[in-house]
Amino acid sequence: MQNAVPMSWYLILSAILFGLGVAGFIYRRNIITVFMSIELMLNAVNLTFIAFSYTLRQVDGHIFSFFVMVVAAAEAAVGLAIILTVFKNRETLMIDDVSSMKY
Amino acid sequence: MTTLIFLIFAGIAVFCGINLVVQTHPIASALSLIGVMGSLAILYLQLGGEFIAAAQVIVYAGAIMVLFVFVIMLLNAGAEGTSRQVSSFARYVGIVLLAAFLGLISFVIQAMLPKTEGVVFGAFQGGTALDVGRKLFTVYLLPFEVTSVLILIAIVGAMVLARKEI
Repeated sequence: MQNAVPMSWYLILSAILFGLGVAGFIYRRNIITVFMSIELMLNAVNLTFIAFSYTLRQVDGHIFSFFVMVVAAAEAAVGLAIILTVFKNRETLMIDDVSSMKY
Repeated sequence: MTTLIFLIFAGIAVFCGINLVVQTHPIASALSLIGVMGSLAILYLQLGGEFIAAAQVIVYAGAIMVLFVFVIMLLNAGAEGTSRQVSSFARYVGIVLLAAFLGLISFVIQAMLPKTEGVVFGAFQGGTALDVGRKLFTVYLLPFEVTSVLILIAIVGAMVLARKEI
């Protein structure tokens, strides 16, 4: 077995995870699951940052992915507060029922 | 050994990612997402990102997912109903198209990426907390401070949204 993992495998894994996140974002109807799909996409992007950071032998990619984590934490706090408010007002978590701004 | 570890944890990540999308209950999706994050932390460690792997486990798998599970439990979110009409034709075509799209992306990455040396565990030592902290507080000091303002705004926003009157 070869001992070095090709760089492209990491990028392909990241692309697969990102695609799954997009699929979940479009397919799922529960707001919380849609939100978790967004987190999956952010994680996939982080993997790309770390992989390129390895290739270029620079630590900058780690810092970018650190900032992505911080933004994800802030986004989770605000987003879950919005979900709580929506549930308090409408008693539902399905995005099909929350469509006042659609038409 | 590096290849074996990569394959094992990449497999776990992809399996958990698929599980996240196909499960109907939010708790099952949340646990799958924790699986993805844990295996990605191992891959970060393999790529020399010691600090970022620890932050992934502590911040993502710890703090953020606890928040998610907390909200799921608080709202007593059950399984998704089958009220929406989804044609099975569209579903299968969607799966096939997703697979074709990912295959195409993989091919393009494989073909277009310039040949670099493979990833060997331990070849890049610059991802320790010392290196990350040194860069973070010198070169990236302004983005760091702006991020702290962002978090302050997020805290205020969450408090405003969580009030009783809204």
